[in-house]
Amino acid sequence: MLPYLSPLLGGIVLGTAALLLLGLCGRVAGISGIVGGLLPGRPGDRLWRLAFLAGLWTGGLLLLRWLPTAIPQSLATGRITLIVAGLLVGLGAGLGSGCTSGHGVCGLGLRSRRSLVAVLVFMAVAIATAQLTRGGVL
Amino acid sequence: MRHIAPFVCGLLFALGLGLAGMTRPDKVLGFLRLEDPDLMFVMGGAVLVTFLGFPLIRRRGRAVLGPTLHLPSTTRIDRPLVLGAALFGVGWGLAGLCPGPALTDLVTLDPGLLLFCAAMLAGLALAPRKRDSCG
Repeated sequence: MLPYLSPLLGGIVLGTAALLLLGLCGRVAGISGIVGGLLPGRPGDRLWRLAFLAGLWTGGLLLLRWLPTAIPQSLATGRITLIVAGLLVGLGAGLGSGCTSGHGVCGLGLRSRRSLVAVLVFMAVAIATAQLTRGGVL
Repeated sequence: MRHIAPFVCGLLFALGLGLAGMTRPDKVLGFLRLEDPDLMFVMGGAVLVTFLGFPLIRRRGRAVLGPTLHLPSTTRIDRPLVLGAALFGVGWGLAGLCPGPALTDLVTLDPGLLLFCAAMLAGLALAPRKRDSCG
């Protein structure tokens, strides 16, 4: 199979999921926003968010069964780095109003200038970070 | 139906991530280190669908199962947006994990991934609240 075919197909499936969520439920498929809305003290409408998460995990289990190479059994990154990275991803997505899915998949589809800026910034910074830590600095 | 639809969307989303290779942090890090261009096609395929499809939904002005499209209305490019995206980029580049793939991979209950997701939720809770979010 052509090397880029499954990434392209995966992307089309992702985009279709986002299209269905907006078209059917009127919601943006931004994962940090969906999960952020479940935190204590955030306003209602939790059920659709929980349903989406349940779907995500069901999908994860299906992958584990049918495409096990897609799901890593363990991570090469150290625990401290994972904690720091997780904090930055959460804080950054909260402050910047979106993550790869919200700004990338959905925001660009909405022709949002804010999302275009966010995508350019986080791509550039992520590439720089990954280059700098190539040898495992942390 | 109101809860089946988001369930199916979440399921499709996870399958798309898995098929695309986004659920593999080693693959994502290879992409960010500019060693493996595959993941460009993920964003390309996904944005192709939303770029063509979202305007049709917008023109219709409502969702099939509800009257409102919950879309962000802010258009200002401000400091929180840029700072937030930069912090997000550092985290993503460190571990090769962003929220969707991290939550999907959580089905293995890997302790490192649990730590990442717990820290991510803490980070989201720490971020100043805004009315308007793209998620």
